[in-house]
This record gives sequence, structure tokens and C-alpha cells, in this order.
Amino acid sequence: MDDHAIIRLEQLTKTYDLGEVKLTALREVDLVIEPGSFVAIMGASGSGKSTLLNLLGCLDRPTSGRYILGGVDVSDMDDDELSDVRGQRIGFVFQQYNLIDQLSVVENIHVPLGYQGRELADCRAQCVDLAGLVGLSDRLGHRPKQLSGGQQQRVAIARALANDPVMILADEPTGNLDSTTGKEILDLFCNLHAQGKTIVMVTHGEEVAKRANRVVVMSDGRIVQDVRRTPTQLVPA
Amino acid sequence: MNYASFIRGARAGIKSLLLHKTRSLLTMLGIIFGVCSVIAMLAIGEGASFEAQERIRQKGALNIILRSKKPSGDASAGGAQRSYIADYGLKYADMERIRHSVPGIKRMLPQRLEAKRIRFPKHAECEVVGTLPLYREMIPNDMVAGRFLTDWDEREQKNICVLSEDLARSLFSHESPLEQEIRVANRAFTVVGVIRELSRVYQAGAGTGGPVSEGRVFVPLHTFRSHMGEQNIRRSAGSYQVERVQLSFLTVEFNNENDVARAAPLIRHALADLHKKQDFVVEVPLDELRALEATKRLFSFVLGSIAAISLLVGGIGIMNIMLATVTERTREIGVRRALGAKKRQIIAQFLMETGVLSVVGGLIGVVVGVFFPYLLSWGIHAMTGNEYRVVVTVWSVLMALGISVATGIAFGVYPARRAAELDPIEALRHG
Repeated sequence: MDDHAIIRLEQLTKTYDLGEVKLTALREVDLVIEPGSFVAIMGASGSGKSTLLNLLGCLDRPTSGRYILGGVDVSDMDDDELSDVRGQRIGFVFQQYNLIDQLSVVENIHVPLGYQGRELADCRAQCVDLAGLVGLSDRLGHRPKQLSGGQQQRVAIARALANDPVMILADEPTGNLDSTTGKEILDLFCNLHAQGKTIVMVTHGEEVAKRANRVVVMSDGRIVQDVRRTPTQLVPA
Repeated sequence: MNYASFIRGARAGIKSLLLHKTRSLLTMLGIIFGVCSVIAMLAIGEGASFEAQERIRQKGALNIILRSKKPSGDASAGGAQRSYIADYGLKYADMERIRHSVPGIKRMLPQRLEAKRIRFPKHAECEVVGTLPLYREMIPNDMVAGRFLTDWDEREQKNICVLSEDLARSLFSHESPLEQEIRVANRAFTVVGVIRELSRVYQAGAGTGGPVSEGRVFVPLHTFRSHMGEQNIRRSAGSYQVERVQLSFLTVEFNNENDVARAAPLIRHALADLHKKQDFVVEVPLDELRALEATKRLFSFVLGSIAAISLLVGGIGIMNIMLATVTERTREIGVRRALGAKKRQIIAQFLMETGVLSVVGGLIGVVVGVFFPYLLSWGIHAMTGNEYRVVVTVWSVLMALGISVATGIAFGVYPARRAAELDPIEALRHG
């Protein structure tokens, strides 16, 4: 086995049992992602990319095949173990930001740490640093409702970084933002990538995909295209 | 779950409840009313039997009281004749019979009561009580002034008396009654003491029924017997009737409760051949007390159960609102699951919220519930003038609080489990 890979999917298959019909959303997918990659997953709706995202995020279990995340086989883990994997190894960024309304910026960033048994009092400095990293040092006590969409997504990114995950999993992170703000958020992802973070991003936008160094295109539950390239930002215009 | 995370959980629970203040308050109302009504119902139940218990306790739990009673058959017989002699009730011989045939007796106190008129220093209706010095020890009382009857008085048939406090006050309003003389039924008695009676058990006794008595005059039993005799002649419109009664009351005190429990049938049996007619009654305060306690338990149980139903309704209210909350916060649950929350951590979060709701509701309910019965009692007193006693007991408060917390948490389990069992993917897609 290639120890270098951070994600290794082997013959990964997911079938939904809809009673009379069996729907295969993912057909024997093989995929290897190296650390420090910035992978964009594209595809039309119904192509299986959401299913792939759920499996990569350990929110669901494959029907068959294996999923090795950071050297650990997570394919057959039970619910509690998967919860720990999500909390310790994966940082989620959602299209809808999904911050918790009744918590402040710092408290939102602390949520994943809290589920790992760390008190806010003990790791407040770390949370404040993360807020600074995404440029929200002056908004620490604000509630999500008091922030703009872009700012909320920054908080979500800071939250995703809290447990120092092996991979950041982003689901259309710019889908709800205007193009200017979306670009700022993408810049932030690129910065994280430059710092060596592994990022897997599901997206519809070609512009977004251009910033990645690898684009995986899905169709009908299979990977139909897998292109590695130099991100555009590094190429002189 | 350790202490720090418990505190953090409680704080988070309070925080999310404060997000919807009105909703949380309305939800808590169910519990508040439930706890309040449990405490109030039990306080009313306790208060209602309190007086009766007190009265029975005044009779003495170790006593059996025999009371002379005019047989019901005699009244119709008297209707036919113009005059007759009614000879009934407890005799001195009964006392001896009981003393020899019933085991466990500690001491006995006979009393003879008769309504008489005081003619000096002013006219007054009174009840003359012929009894022994033992009265002072066996029946609850306080000496206000002077002394009580003594064995010497009894033996020498002294013409002395002890007045009840109310009678002393109405006969001698501006001077000490001690060493004063009063005339009762044409006989002079010297007042040697004033007594305050703390028990009303032996008042309005057998044989009375005349004018309202203004108080009581205690004289030595022996004096009573030789000076006033055993016959009481009552005249009315051309006829007269004579009652011959030796003793009005006989109080038998036993050494312990076991002896009391055995004694009542023995006494009835011992006196059966001396009393062909039912001319006395046997009161067993211990039995009355036990019966009352059984009634009270039942009463409290019924009242408490009714009140507990309102707690149940409160609990269902909590469950209802928590189910709504779970639905409303489905996405938050999904997010938390994605960020690493285990099922049991989701359960803990929602249980903590119901816990906070029911504990806070329960505490408010206790505060209201402790004052409410007194308010009720005061209100009834103000409107009707009747004393209405309520007794709030500690155990009723603890029980109400315990039930409310248990109800809240029990009804919180289902919504919390529903929250935890949500599929994180579905939950994230929700709303």
C-alpha cells in the first residue's frame, strides 16, 4: 500500500435500496489523493458526487469496497468510531455555512474541539488564532446572524481547521456567495492549500475548478475524467 | 460526563432555552402548575386532618374513654308517663370490675359531670365536675392560679373547688378568685385554684343539654357524691324527670399501645352483664387515630394522584415542545454530527435542555406551591371567616420536585433519542 496517499478508495460502491428498485449511486470507484492536493470534484446532479462526498466525509458507509483515510480503514467502522473520525480527521465546509445560531464566532469555532473533550476555557487562544487566520479578529463575540455570508463562511472554514484535520471537505463553499466574496473565499482555500492542507471541494463552477490542481469529473457513478494540472493562479496571465 | 462538561452542557441548555423565552416559559408553566398543585393538594389534605388528629391526640393515645350515654329506649318510655327515674350509665362497680379483669391498666380517672346554676357571687350556668386529683396529670391542663384538688380534699370531702379560667374571669372580674366563696346548688365552696383546660374532650359531657355553660367548677368526687348525690332532678312544665348517673366518664390509661389494642373488647365483655342496655360508649382514640391516618393516606394519595396528572400533562407539554425543537433544529443536529458529535452527545444535549426546563420549572413551582396554600387559606378566611388550616410538609415539596424532574427527563428521552437517530446526511440537507 502506498503510505503516501491520504485518501485511498478501492472499488468503492454505494447502492441505495429503494424497496423495489436498487439504485447504484457509486460504481467501483478507485481514487488516490496525495497530501497537499487541492482536488475539485465536478459533475452534473445525479452523477454520484454527493454520494462520494458523503462517503469521503464518513457520513455514510460504502456498500462494498474500501476507504482508507490517513492510513486507517474506515469502511466498517461503527457510528461512534465514524463520529470520532469526522471530529478528528475531517474539516467540513458547507454551502449553507451551517453555523450554530445561538453560539458566538469563537464558540462556533470551538464546537469540534468540544466534542473531542476540550473545554473552551482551555483552548480559547487557539480558537481566537483561527478567527484571526480567516480575518475575523474583530468579530469574536458576534453571532452568525450579525455577519455577512462571506464572514460566516470564514467562520466555517476556521471551524473546519480547529481539529487540524487531515483533509478539508468543502461542498460548494462559494455556491451562496456573490462572485467577489466567492473569490475571496477561494483565495482563502488557496492560501490553506499553499500552507500544505489537503482540500477536496465539490463544485459546479469551472472558475472554481480552475484554482484546483486536480479535477475529477463524475458521471453516472463513475469517474470519467481525472486531470492533474497547475492551478491557474500560478500561471502568468 | 464529568463535572465541567456537565456545567458547560447546562449552560448551553439554558442558552438555547433563552433563545425562545416565551416558548420556554409556556412549556415550564405545565411543570410549574403541576408541582404547585401537588404541594397545595397535599398541604390541604394534611391540614384537613390536622385538627381531627389534634383532637384525638388530646384524648391520649394510651387512653380508652368510657362515656355514659342515656339509652335511646328510655325517651319513648318517658313519653307515656308524666315522670320517671332514669337510672343509667357507668357505675363505681364498673370501675372495679374493669380494674380486675382487664390487664395492662396504668390508672383510671372517673368523672361526674352535672349542669348546675351558680347563685353567688352572681348567677351563672356552669358544669360541675366531680373528679380526682389525678385529673391534673391525666388530662392536659395548666394551673393558672392556686392549686388543684388534693387527696386530702377527696378524703375529707372538702367544700373546695377549682374554677376554669373563663368562669373565674366572669365571676370575679376585678379581684382574685382565690379564697373567695361561690354558691352552687345551695352549697358553698371555697375557690382554691384556677385551671386552664387544654382538652375539650370531656366538655359538653353526658347528662347536659340545658342552658349554655359559662365554665366549669371542679370539686372533689367524694364531695360531689355526698353533697349533690347521684340524682339529677330536671323540672319542666308540670313534670319532672330524675336521672340517676354515678359516673359520666371513665378514662382508662394503659401502659402501652399493645394493651390498648387488646383492651376494648375485654372492657365490653367485662361490663356486658352489668349493662343490659347500651348505656355507655367506648372510645378508643388509638383506633380513631389509626383510622384517621388511613383515611388521610388515602386522601393524600387521591389528591396527590390528581395533581400528579397535571405534572404528567406538564411532562407531555415538554415532550411536545422538545419534539418541535428537534424538528426545528434538525440541521443543527446534522452539523453537530458532522463535526464529530456522537449519538449520546446529542442525547445529552437535548436531555440537558429538558432537564433545565423541568428543574427550573420545578423550582418555580415549589416557590409558588409553598405560598399558594397559605394564600388559599387566607382567602377562605377572609371570605368566609372560617379557619382553614393547611400544612406544607417537607416531604411533599421534595416529592413534587422529584416527580417533576423525573417527568421532565422521562419525557425528554424520546425527543432526544429521535434527534440522535437522525441520519446526519438527511439532517444536513434539511430546511
